[in-house]
Amino acid sequence: MNGLGTLSQILLRGYLRDKASLFFTLAFPLLFLVLLGGLFGGADTAPQVKVAVVGPVDVLDALTDGQRAQIGQVLAITRTTDLAAALDQVRSGDETAAIVQQGTQVQVHYSAADPSSAATVRSVVESLVQGANLAATGQPPRFTVSVTTVQDASVKQIQYLTPGILGWAIATGATFGAASTLVVWRQRRLTQRLALSPVGVPAVVGARILVSLGLALAQTLLFLGIAAAFFDLQLTGAWWLAIPLVLASTLAFLSVGLLAGATTRSVEAGNAVCNIVVIPMAFLSGSFVPLSFAPDWLQAASLVLPLRQFNEGVLDVLSRGGGIGDVVVPLAVLLGFAAVLTTVAVRLIRREAD
Amino acid sequence: MDASAAIAVTDLRKTYGTTTALDGVSFEVGQGEFFGLLGPNGAGKTTTLEIVEGLRRPDSGQALMFGAPSWPPNPDLMRRIGVQSQTPAFFERLTAAEQIHAFAKLYRVPAVRADEMLAAVGLSDKARTRVEQLSGGQAQRLAIACALVHDPQLVFLDEPTAGLDPQARRNLWDLLRDINAAGRTVVLTTHYMDEAEALCHRVAIIDHGRILECGPPETLIQKADAVTRVIAQAALVDAGELRRRFPEATVTEDDTRIVIASPDPAPVLAELAARGALRDLVVKGATLEDAYLTLTGREYRA
Repeated sequence: MNGLGTLSQILLRGYLRDKASLFFTLAFPLLFLVLLGGLFGGADTAPQVKVAVVGPVDVLDALTDGQRAQIGQVLAITRTTDLAAALDQVRSGDETAAIVQQGTQVQVHYSAADPSSAATVRSVVESLVQGANLAATGQPPRFTVSVTTVQDASVKQIQYLTPGILGWAIATGATFGAASTLVVWRQRRLTQRLALSPVGVPAVVGARILVSLGLALAQTLLFLGIAAAFFDLQLTGAWWLAIPLVLASTLAFLSVGLLAGATTRSVEAGNAVCNIVVIPMAFLSGSFVPLSFAPDWLQAASLVLPLRQFNEGVLDVLSRGGGIGDVVVPLAVLLGFAAVLTTVAVRLIRREAD
Repeated sequence: MDASAAIAVTDLRKTYGTTTALDGVSFEVGQGEFFGLLGPNGAGKTTTLEIVEGLRRPDSGQALMFGAPSWPPNPDLMRRIGVQSQTPAFFERLTAAEQIHAFAKLYRVPAVRADEMLAAVGLSDKARTRVEQLSGGQAQRLAIACALVHDPQLVFLDEPTAGLDPQARRNLWDLLRDINAAGRTVVLTTHYMDEAEALCHRVAIIDHGRILECGPPETLIQKADAVTRVIAQAALVDAGELRRRFPEATVTEDDTRIVIASPDPAPVLAELAARGALRDLVVKGATLEDAYLTLTGREYRA
């Protein structure tokens, strides 16, 4: 274990002194998380539509506080008495619509520039007017609408963003780590040098795996911690099942890096191959944007990608209340993926070493 | 075969695809010897070293270190050998001290020994310098210190002076002599014939996967029928007369100098002395480089 410990310490020290690696595996993804989390984190309600209400408008003035709060989720109402000024604001786009009452007529002035917001205003005002008409007849309403909220499968943005960006960060750390260690150590004949020392090759491989697993766990703690502390990330019951997923996906990404390192001669080429693999994989796995935009065949094909498996598995246990049953398949795919790529890479390295 | 030999190699053969790297290589290195392995690029030096060290398996033949086979890799042998590769095998972003301490730990050697070795190669003042910032000579000295940290009996040095300036080379020669003087067997590969001539007790010249010659440098020079060059001032003697007098010599002349290349320089020198033509006389003995070029040919190989 002496050799394993020493080599792990060497690799860890080298990583901590490599500013580029630190940036791309910690700071950069974290920046993404903070940026996207800050932008979309609270955006689980539709944005408000701004309207100017000119003078008294009976259907709005008669609302109870509760009703007004409901309307307030949709419309941001500004009160004014100057119709001309309000119409100017609609023209310039500062307000979506201006509402004014003339006798028994409620008039909605809106700009054609933003038809969907204008439609929202129209339907809200129409429903208010119809409600008021119905009340004026004194008849009880024949049909009513009752609303209950359901915990649906679509999750708050931050619940979705965190696994995706975490997965991308782990993929970056593990692939680049494995590729650069393999390329640099082969280039500098360190692998031969260590093969002639009492530590041997298993300790070298073991140390690389150990350090990458440690880095992935550190990334997980950091990202989940920051998302929970600042962006209201909710960790549901079996969230700890994310940890085996983190470890298994690290092995899968290490195997990608190993293959990239085995097929290239220089650090630059190795990094390029890693970039060519990791960035498209992140998009195809829905790390940044949900995959719903993609055609069905692409969604199905992307299931072979380790990052897609990681994202789905972590999303299930972190945000959809999933349990052990939800991680079995991702774990199996990740470990299988790692086994296949490692076998291929080792064959390549062996053939060359002979 | 001498069982006490540090290295005994018999009839090593190795092919890569259609390329024959080694075509029956045999040699022996005695304990305490300073042995040089010389040859053009691609001659088979590195393959030979790697098979002897136990990194590669030969197709046929055998390499022994201290009487034990190199293949399969043998941990007991590994502790007895030190290896310095052409490009210094350093861990990234470590300081010189961290580097050698890491190797000390890997070989389970006390840390104080690492500090001693760093001092022995004159790098104590660079202990806190990152390996990437060391000069070529400093890096090679650190690599040699790392190879010696576990006090091996047999040391392999692969072109340790490649790319160094003359001062750094001489400085390293002293270090290499000290290593050998301390009782260690040293195997050196180099492209510099003056280096091999200055350091090695015996050299083997290898080309096309075969050992062409093996022996002390002086013997090789003699065997190669190399000539001594006597260079005299053209104004003092007549070239035609020298040609008539010494038909076995090759006499060439330009405006200022006459070069008499002869396997037997003594009568030439006597003749020149008799004619009072000794002013600014230069005598150049044959070198290992002459012998090497005679054996491996002068044509350029990329």
